[in-house]
Amino acid sequence: MARVTVSRKACSVNPLKMSQPIGGALAFMGMANCMPVLHGSQGCTAFGLVLFVRHFREAIPLQTTAMNEVTTIMGGMDNIEQALLNIAKRATPEIIGLCTTGLTETKGEDVHGDLKLIRERHPELAKLPIVFVSTPDYKDAFQDGWGKTVTRIIEELACRTDDRIPGQVNLLPGSHLTAADIEEVVEIVEAFGLSPIVLPDLSGSLDGHIPEQFSPTTIGGTTVDEVRSMGCSITTLAIGEQMRSAAMELEMRTGVPFALFERLTGLEANDQFLRHLAALSGRPVPLKLRRQRSQLVDAMLDGHFFTGGKKIAIGAEPDLLWSLASFLSEMGCEIAAAVTTTHSPLLENMPCEEVLIGDLEDLEIRGNGCDLLVTHSHGRQASVRLGIPLFRAGLPCFDRLGANHRLSVGYRGTRNLIFEIGNVFLEHGHENTPDSWPLPKETAEATHESVAPA
Amino acid sequence: MAALNIKVQQVFDEPGCEKNQAKGEKERKKGCTKQLTPGAAAGGCAFDGAKIALQPITDAAHIVHGPIACEGNSWDNRGSKSSGPLIYRTGFTTDISETDVIYGGEKRLYKAIREVIEKYSPPAVFVYQTCVTGLIGDEIEAVCKAARAKFGRPVIPVNAPGFVGSKNLGNKLAGEALLDYVIGTEEPEVMTPYDINIIGEYNLAGEMWQIKPLLDHLGIRVLACISGDARYHHVARAHRARATMMVCSKAMINVARKMEERYGIPFFEGSFYGISDTSDALRQIATLLVRRGAPEDLLSRTEILIRREEARAWERLHAHSRRLSGKRVLLITGGVKSWSVVSALQEVGLEIVGTSVKKSTEEDKQRVKELMGDDAHMFDDLPPREMYKMLSESRADIMLSGGRSQFVALKARMPWLDINQERHHAYAGYEGMVTLVQEMDKALHNPVWAQVRKEPPWHA
Repeated sequence: MARVTVSRKACSVNPLKMSQPIGGALAFMGMANCMPVLHGSQGCTAFGLVLFVRHFREAIPLQTTAMNEVTTIMGGMDNIEQALLNIAKRATPEIIGLCTTGLTETKGEDVHGDLKLIRERHPELAKLPIVFVSTPDYKDAFQDGWGKTVTRIIEELACRTDDRIPGQVNLLPGSHLTAADIEEVVEIVEAFGLSPIVLPDLSGSLDGHIPEQFSPTTIGGTTVDEVRSMGCSITTLAIGEQMRSAAMELEMRTGVPFALFERLTGLEANDQFLRHLAALSGRPVPLKLRRQRSQLVDAMLDGHFFTGGKKIAIGAEPDLLWSLASFLSEMGCEIAAAVTTTHSPLLENMPCEEVLIGDLEDLEIRGNGCDLLVTHSHGRQASVRLGIPLFRAGLPCFDRLGANHRLSVGYRGTRNLIFEIGNVFLEHGHENTPDSWPLPKETAEATHESVAPA
Repeated sequence: MAALNIKVQQVFDEPGCEKNQAKGEKERKKGCTKQLTPGAAAGGCAFDGAKIALQPITDAAHIVHGPIACEGNSWDNRGSKSSGPLIYRTGFTTDISETDVIYGGEKRLYKAIREVIEKYSPPAVFVYQTCVTGLIGDEIEAVCKAARAKFGRPVIPVNAPGFVGSKNLGNKLAGEALLDYVIGTEEPEVMTPYDINIIGEYNLAGEMWQIKPLLDHLGIRVLACISGDARYHHVARAHRARATMMVCSKAMINVARKMEERYGIPFFEGSFYGISDTSDALRQIATLLVRRGAPEDLLSRTEILIRREEARAWERLHAHSRRLSGKRVLLITGGVKSWSVVSALQEVGLEIVGTSVKKSTEEDKQRVKELMGDDAHMFDDLPPREMYKMLSESRADIMLSGGRSQFVALKARMPWLDINQERHHAYAGYEGMVTLVQEMDKALHNPVWAQVRKEPPWHA
């Protein structure tokens, strides 16, 4: 059980947190042929865009309503209208996602009302789904924006039906899953003869592939029709606490029941997941996965020598923090410092004394004396100052290649994670020197005194 | 806000800018910012521009007053290098909450300034206004004034909230903050007849360090660089320089012009990109210094340096001629100012098949024609789809552009080189031109292109 505290500083130093509109925009990027739009000044979009380009090393479709001082005061409906028309004309998307920002939320824009009027005025937009999400920058954090957006997509698109497609399941991954993670979960689910609809599916759009032709919108992801048919699934699998409200919304709207898995990193966590899939499909756990489990157990045995007793400082969003901290403590690490971005029911259950909602300065102070720093790329400065290695986890990861192809879920992913972290410890291992065991000062002095009179 | 409006009007009316002066009275008031098209806009906001312009002051703390988006999404993402202090790379923000939006964020800002001064003790603090805190009426000028009085340290308000306009406007507003609060507030310990300012140079990828050895060799001291690898106290003493070089962009021309008006420091516009432009810049610096009383031998020493360094650069450049001759280059920038880059590339044998002229003046366009012939393709705005088409149809062999269009080239399986502000290589001066050509050679002749263009065997 952890004590949850909130930083009382007036100045956040070296932020860990990113804003929720771009979390929302990223969720929209998991929709196929989609154009996400931030309703704010063009800088709101530019910063998000640069951040994602640096992380994914991909073209990022993200537009802006380009609000200025005057339109902010007078109301942004014209900007929304123009943006929608321009995007519909130039990019011909299948869906547009609209997230508000701090600017338009401070003004108090009635975007719901605006959209209604715009739809009345422009029958040509009638068939184009436009999903609007309220995501003020000054509230909540990145993963909240992601969760809210998925909830809103479901509200707008999912429909209730009595038809059930045998074997079809819904999969709702949290924002902490990479493209490789999503691919892995899909493969596991498919191994039971089930066919998942993933929402949002970054493994289709931001997995770094070469599309056949140029596209101004997303180049893969969940289609609108797929979301519409989610009501025909037999169940929903939600990965990460942040997906609970989306899964609940889907259940209320379509009657499809859900099961939530707090994490898919770790032996027991995956055992539970596979037990659930086996029951759901009526099939035994495939041999391939049984073999992988055995490999993971072996990796845990090989790795525990290096992880045991290590002190770790982690800074991550709640769901990622939960996955990593829980697993590392299962491997014998001590979670000496945990800093996160936003509230979550998981925080109290973290395997450490305190979870602080704070920034990387807080983590750096608490990381003194730790063996490893685990956070996103912005931890690089703290890692140098603390003189301990940085294990990069989460978004943004801009100073390493392949951020979205790192795998840490499933038996295989967990095994992978043990090797990656174990190797960091091996590389930065402690070597003994002649001066490793100096006598304490008091002893030295005492001996000296007893010798002195002679 | 009223004061900010007046400021914006003032920087829009720029006597130092030919393009601005060529406009009519009414048009001039609109400044150089084009009305943005919602749903089809790209680029940063005024806050972004202000931060880019001032953050390279490496020993100052830069506090962003606003919600987490403005700093949380963008901190430590700019390639401006420091030879010493690293505090400029620390992200400071008030990260305002919903409660602050309702009750106002001034108190939080004041406390934030105190925390930063107590913990980090920087020689100065810059405070950046953002849209939300601007909209709710937080007066950062008043807070900075109070903090300055209380803590006895310069606390400079930078009033350039994102929604007032473009990145370029933000650059100018940042310049105004320096003029209003920093430049001329301190005196240098010693002055020499060889003191200059360089304005509008941000030391991206360490480019200043490709120039500084040249200046050092001539005994020329950079009193203040605004703002690449700068120290706060240097900028505060910039008013004692004998001459100013305004690096080609028009972004901070207001600073150069006003320093001429206030302190009589003559300036010229120059560029360190390309061989001949670098030489011209060195000549102009020497000429201005001599005109202001520096010993005349500076001129001849400069000529000797130029002759030697040019020869050394050309020798290294020509080594690539055989491999680069006839390769076609698509050059996409905001608007090529550095004609000497184009002419140097041509000298090595490269052919420029197209260039963007979006921000270029008529005079610039004329120069494109002179250099590249009538067949040269000039694009006002080349949409990514067209760019992709040009590259995938092999009408160019390599594209040089900003990061934004990187993936257009790469997805078309074509070589691409970053020449914008996120670049990792330094391209300034003689050394930089050699690096640029080396990088182009490396990019064009990487064996990866042959591999990635191969059809998979099952397509046959």
